[in-house]
Amino acid sequence: MTTATLTLQADRLIARKKLTALAAPALIAAYLIYVFFAFDVPGLRDRVSLDNMNTLLRDIYSYKTHVTQDNRNGEISIAIEGERKGAYPQGESPDWVTLGTASTVDLGEGHIVTLGDTVRYDIPGYGTITAVPGRTGVNAQLPSGAVPDWINASKNRMAITTDAGRVTITRNRTEIFRYFTGWELFFFTLDSKFHDLSLTQLIASGEYGAIWSDFWNNRMWRHADVAWALVETVLMAFLGTFGAAIIALPMGFLAARNFTPLGSLRFAARRIFDFLRGVDGLIWTIVLSRAFGPGPLTGSLAIMLTDTGTFGKIFSEALENVDDKQIEGLTSTGAKPLQRYRFGVIPQITPVLLSQVLYYLESNTRSATIIGAITGGGIGLLLTQAIITQKDWEEVTYYIVLIILMVMVMDSLSGWLRRRLITGSGGAD
Amino acid sequence: MAETVLDIRTDYVAAMRQKRVLNMLLLIIFVALMVAGFATAGARNAGGFRDGWRNVLDFPGDVISEAISRAHLLPGYFVKYLPSLIETINIAAAATLLGAVLALFAALLATRGLAPMTWLVGPVRRVLDILRAVPEIVIALILIFLLGGGPVPAMIAICLHTIGALGKLFSEVNENASLKPVEGLASVGASWLQRMMLGVVPQVAPNYLSYALLRFEINIRASAILGFVGAGGIGYDLRNTMSWGQGKFDEAAAIFLLLFGAIVIVDQLSSYARNRLTHGKAYKDKGALL
Repeated sequence: MTTATLTLQADRLIARKKLTALAAPALIAAYLIYVFFAFDVPGLRDRVSLDNMNTLLRDIYSYKTHVTQDNRNGEISIAIEGERKGAYPQGESPDWVTLGTASTVDLGEGHIVTLGDTVRYDIPGYGTITAVPGRTGVNAQLPSGAVPDWINASKNRMAITTDAGRVTITRNRTEIFRYFTGWELFFFTLDSKFHDLSLTQLIASGEYGAIWSDFWNNRMWRHADVAWALVETVLMAFLGTFGAAIIALPMGFLAARNFTPLGSLRFAARRIFDFLRGVDGLIWTIVLSRAFGPGPLTGSLAIMLTDTGTFGKIFSEALENVDDKQIEGLTSTGAKPLQRYRFGVIPQITPVLLSQVLYYLESNTRSATIIGAITGGGIGLLLTQAIITQKDWEEVTYYIVLIILMVMVMDSLSGWLRRRLITGSGGAD
Repeated sequence: MAETVLDIRTDYVAAMRQKRVLNMLLLIIFVALMVAGFATAGARNAGGFRDGWRNVLDFPGDVISEAISRAHLLPGYFVKYLPSLIETINIAAAATLLGAVLALFAALLATRGLAPMTWLVGPVRRVLDILRAVPEIVIALILIFLLGGGPVPAMIAICLHTIGALGKLFSEVNENASLKPVEGLASVGASWLQRMMLGVVPQVAPNYLSYALLRFEINIRASAILGFVGAGGIGYDLRNTMSWGQGKFDEAAAIFLLLFGAIVIVDQLSSYARNRLTHGKAYKDKGALL
């Protein structure tokens, strides 16, 4: 009889478990299907921009040099990435461009463009394209046969895209792009005399101060500004985290049951923490940036406000778990209240507090990047600026690498400090 | 004998003094860093601290006064912006769900003793480190460029970060899991997937769930922030109502309230659920639901 009831019970239990085991994944799947359509994932295929993806990928590992001829007066200008900061001085050119009455541009692999009143492009394996741009249009002459799809020709504009480069001819301008692997002018811009020197030549030259100054003040990559931005970001995290900890410690005592017998005071302190945390960093950032404007101070204060709430909660919980025995022991020796706190309470909670604060220091480095992107300050600002231009992807990559390194350095620094301060021994070994 | 005690005493006092001097030195360095830091931050900020402090209540004041003067419109705004709020929560929920599932596998691959391929442990951990180090906003902004605006870039960005964060926590949990069930399953010829799903996951599931819930709280905030830079959801509406300024602050106030309410409710529910997961059904949290 009892065995039968037990079996029945067991069967029922197993049936129920089976149902939940199947229902949970089914619910998750149903939710994901709902999200799939709510987010219009099927429509994503139309929105994906493959062109953008190509620009992005190509820009990350390569750069292009523009050779531009003004077709009205024949003037030729050469600029890396087409930017004024990367322009060659008038009359100077890289070795693949020969300036003269009929300037030639060697795109490599036998592709040669001759500039002048008549623009000629010799394409190995296809033939020679000539164009006489003028008031009547481009006047292009292609080799006989069908026009291949990498040539896009109309009366007023012709674009030729080959593996070696890209040539665009309009009535007023002839523009040639040649692509190179790497990041352009990362160390020295063209106006620096160290631009063409190799590493051994640089070392041999002995002008280390000038070399450093040319590198540090590089106008294309602005290394000095980037370094400052990183410092600002770390500064925001540092000031925000430790400022919050300093404010939250006394307030944590107010919110702890065993230190504040007055219920209303405790309640008020706890609600302040909840409010600070609940309003969230985003809203604090917006409110503060209206008052203080963009910059690292705004970021520090935003982090400080949010984390005061978080730390207050953590600290008060740590304080409620304090062991009373040590305090009693101190009281029995006649310690005054301040001494009881100093020697009975603080040593107990220091490890918890320090480890939490240091943990947040690392996480706030990331938050500071994000806050910088919202209000404008630090590396976050540089990053958003570079992304908005939609063409400086090599700079975006550079900043991302720096951000990752910064966060990782802060991570290991905070881990090292945590081990060092809490266990009191040299951590890494 | 008396001399030895005296010696010990002198040594002790000397050691204490040295420690106190060192602590004092550390404190001075710390205070100097804080002061110098605030001075630098203040100097590099667009608006100074002293002037800004007086204005800090201006913007909230404007928002509140406009919201009060048009209080009868607020319920309408709540209904108007509810879909955006749901989108923000959906972004966070989907990202947490997908991220947690992927993190589960990543964590199993990154735990010594459980990983099927030991040579993969190191690389998987490095990948998790990198995923954790990249701020969501970086990935989101790039994906917005590639995929256009909307919730999907935000979801992917948060999901990737979640994989990194949860993967690390999960693998720490895995390290404490007992290997006996795994060995038992291995002895009856279970495959790696069966050993993990039946031997490890039931042991660690409560901790996993608790971490995932905590992550969900964090992700809601992240999702609101990403909306602010153009990834849809309530953050996007917030930016629009705020940047158009003049006459839209009542709507901004409604969005503030919605966001605040959602964050508080989710925090409370999740902290209640987490307490039950880690302390069992009988545990009553005294502070959480007050």
